[in-house]
Amino acid sequence: MVIKILGGGCKNCQNLYKNTMEALEIVGIEAEVLKVEDINEIMSYGVMKTPALVVDEEVKIMGRVAKSKELAKLFKS
Amino acid sequence: MFNWLDYLAQAFVTKVIGLSMESKWGSSIHFFIYDTIKIIILLSIMIFLISYIRSYFPPEKTKRILAKFSGIKGNIMASLLGIVTPFCSCSSVPIFIGFVEAGVPLGLTFSFLITSPIVNEAAFIILLGLFGWKLAVVYVITGVIVGVLGGLIIGKMKMEKQVEEYVYNTKVADIDPKELTINERVSFATQNVKDIVKRIWLFLIIGIGIGAAIHGWVPEDFLASYAGENNPFAVLIAVVCGIPLYSNAMGTIPIAQALIGKGVGIGTALSFMMAVTALSAPELVLLRKVIKPRLIVWFVIVTGIGILMTGYLFNFIGHLLM
Repeated sequence: MVIKILGGGCKNCQNLYKNTMEALEIVGIEAEVLKVEDINEIMSYGVMKTPALVVDEEVKIMGRVAKSKELAKLFKS
Repeated sequence: MFNWLDYLAQAFVTKVIGLSMESKWGSSIHFFIYDTIKIIILLSIMIFLISYIRSYFPPEKTKRILAKFSGIKGNIMASLLGIVTPFCSCSSVPIFIGFVEAGVPLGLTFSFLITSPIVNEAAFIILLGLFGWKLAVVYVITGVIVGVLGGLIIGKMKMEKQVEEYVYNTKVADIDPKELTINERVSFATQNVKDIVKRIWLFLIIGIGIGAAIHGWVPEDFLASYAGENNPFAVLIAVVCGIPLYSNAMGTIPIAQALIGKGVGIGTALSFMMAVTALSAPELVLLRKVIKPRLIVWFVIVTGIGILMTGYLFNFIGHLLM
């Protein structure tokens, strides 16, 4: 599973990253987590409000910081 | 609506601290306590409600709607959407690129960019709490008018070449914004409340502190003679002062309230707030990534003039609203 966190480095993006790592620990899955800060790459996903979460090239969360619980449920499925 | 709080604050000042409400310290401390608590309560409730509504309007959806519009109808639509679409400074660049690439006319994009920061939920709520609903609604309407006019004029100036080239070449995917569950909307809304309160509490306290000092110490007529409704330069000075200030307008509102109480024209105070939010220097720095200097300059000029004009207008008719 390849997870990408889209965002330019603001606090919300960092929080999403933190929650993602927490969620992965909760579910016990291993995944590659990448931070995408380049605006061109972010927009290639069609995202206009960061932070956003992409799992295996599909945009799952846009424009908000999801909590670890919600992310854990997402990763499990 | 907040009489109970006023009573409690007065009781605290007179009974617990032991100061008279007539004294400078007494009246200032009362103002400080009353305002701080009132604002935080109002803020939390209403940011939650407004954010919940906004969860239905992600920018990706707004983009698709606006791409179908043009002309002044489009500018009005863009300004209105600017109100309901959640907007933060960090998204101004992706939103600009997304709109342009989707074929939204430049003028409409600017109507959106002008109105969005002006009509931000915290400013609206605080105005509601401090000045009542009439002024708050008027503020929203002027935010739309300034946005529509500004966007119309910039659109007519045909400055498409003043947009950085790469913006036209950026590939922006067109994705379906996912519908959120109720839990996700609640989480989004509470997150917003926490974010905004965290971001502005210090500015609020400082602003209220200054407001309290003005309230307690500046004589009733002092400002009226210098910055009252009759001073033609007051609005100009207010707008010019507003531009370099940090985009966080919240702290300015208690100041505006105290100033208005001391005789500063309503239009002057409103212009100050609009200049701070719509023309913030940090936002302009961000926009430089997608817009060339000439367009930025015209953006500031056109929006600035719009704000100036509404400022003068409201100094003229303001007393009808209070």
